[in-house]
Amino acid sequence: MECVFGMVGKGFALVVADTSAVNSILVHKSNEDKIMVLDSHKLMGASGEAGDRAQFTEYVQKNVALYQYRNGIPLTTKAAANFMRGELATALRKNPYMVNIVLAGFDRDTGPSLYFIDYIATLHKVDKAAFGYGSYFALSMMDRHYHQDMTVDEAIRLAEQCIEEIRSRLVVAPQNFVIKIVDEDGAREHSWRRTTRD
Amino acid sequence: MGGYISSQSVKKIIEINPYMLGTMAGGAADCQFWHRNLGIKCRLHELANKRRISVTGASKLLANILYSYRGMGLSVGTMIAGWDEKGPGLYYVDSEGGRLKGTKFSVGSGSPYAYGVLDSGYKYDLTIDEAAELARRAIYHATFRDGASGGVASVYHVGPNGWTKLSGDDVGELHYSYYPVEPAVVEQEMTEAVVA
Repeated sequence: MECVFGMVGKGFALVVADTSAVNSILVHKSNEDKIMVLDSHKLMGASGEAGDRAQFTEYVQKNVALYQYRNGIPLTTKAAANFMRGELATALRKNPYMVNIVLAGFDRDTGPSLYFIDYIATLHKVDKAAFGYGSYFALSMMDRHYHQDMTVDEAIRLAEQCIEEIRSRLVVAPQNFVIKIVDEDGAREHSWRRTTRD
Repeated sequence: MGGYISSQSVKKIIEINPYMLGTMAGGAADCQFWHRNLGIKCRLHELANKRRISVTGASKLLANILYSYRGMGLSVGTMIAGWDEKGPGLYYVDSEGGRLKGTKFSVGSGSPYAYGVLDSGYKYDLTIDEAAELARRAIYHATFRDGASGGVASVYHVGPNGWTKLSGDDVGELHYSYYPVEPAVVEQEMTEAVVA
């Protein structure tokens, strides 16, 4: 039901997530922001169990900030991804966090990057990633139309196509989506795609 | 005991402190205990920081406690409503660890029924009386259809000076005030047989 997906373009990375907060058959909210701004140049789109999602993402965010305070420089995207994976792996055999994460970041020296981190602590550096039932539609859509070095407009167009496909084909499709982008100017909200207003 | 109603007069709105309320859904004992515990923590915050705790902070305290007991069988579905420096605040917190900020929530077994009435009548700029009547109506309709809901519909208002109780109506009485008994139209009346 929850959909998160992302892709890398020329000098930027994009993360898209649905904005529904659901409890069995009830939609409590349709404007819940699930893409956390980790620091100035990192975005973390998370989907999973209610408590775990908010708690784990906030835990990561605070630790990333702590590293910067202690050492005077921010973590690279790769380091943040590996930190997250390590925390998920440590908790896995005792008290697992049921959260799937798409991490997007921009580093001055390596450019944009995207990481796929799932709830059993799998870590992959990828060009495109997707989680949830929406991934069945978004992944093939991206496989077909994605190419290296897309412009922002091309990537947004592809994201829109994925959203439209999810809306029309998924039986209980989320109502609204949020798109966030990270490039050399930083991580920020790009736009929303709504069908209902909360 | 299964399908047994032990009381029709349970207070399901818990007064955490004079400007914050919590609602009860799920396990009554869990809700009462942890709201009382939250009240204690809020008072300690006031004493330590010389200012009232925000609704955001109070709801986060409760959510973190419930998250730490995740998987151990607590059953709490609650809304924390209050007034702080930023104005009115409403948070939904449950024993799964979820915490949501919003302008309108419904919790419990009767919540889908209440949502229907609430959503159709809601506007951000309702007056207090209109909002109270909408809330009362939503509760009534939920108790009408949901077997596990009923008893008394309590309505509270939370304002800048704290909460006040607006009403506490028995839902049976609400039913007859919304749908009064009409005298039945007589279609056919029995008459004496004509004696030939």
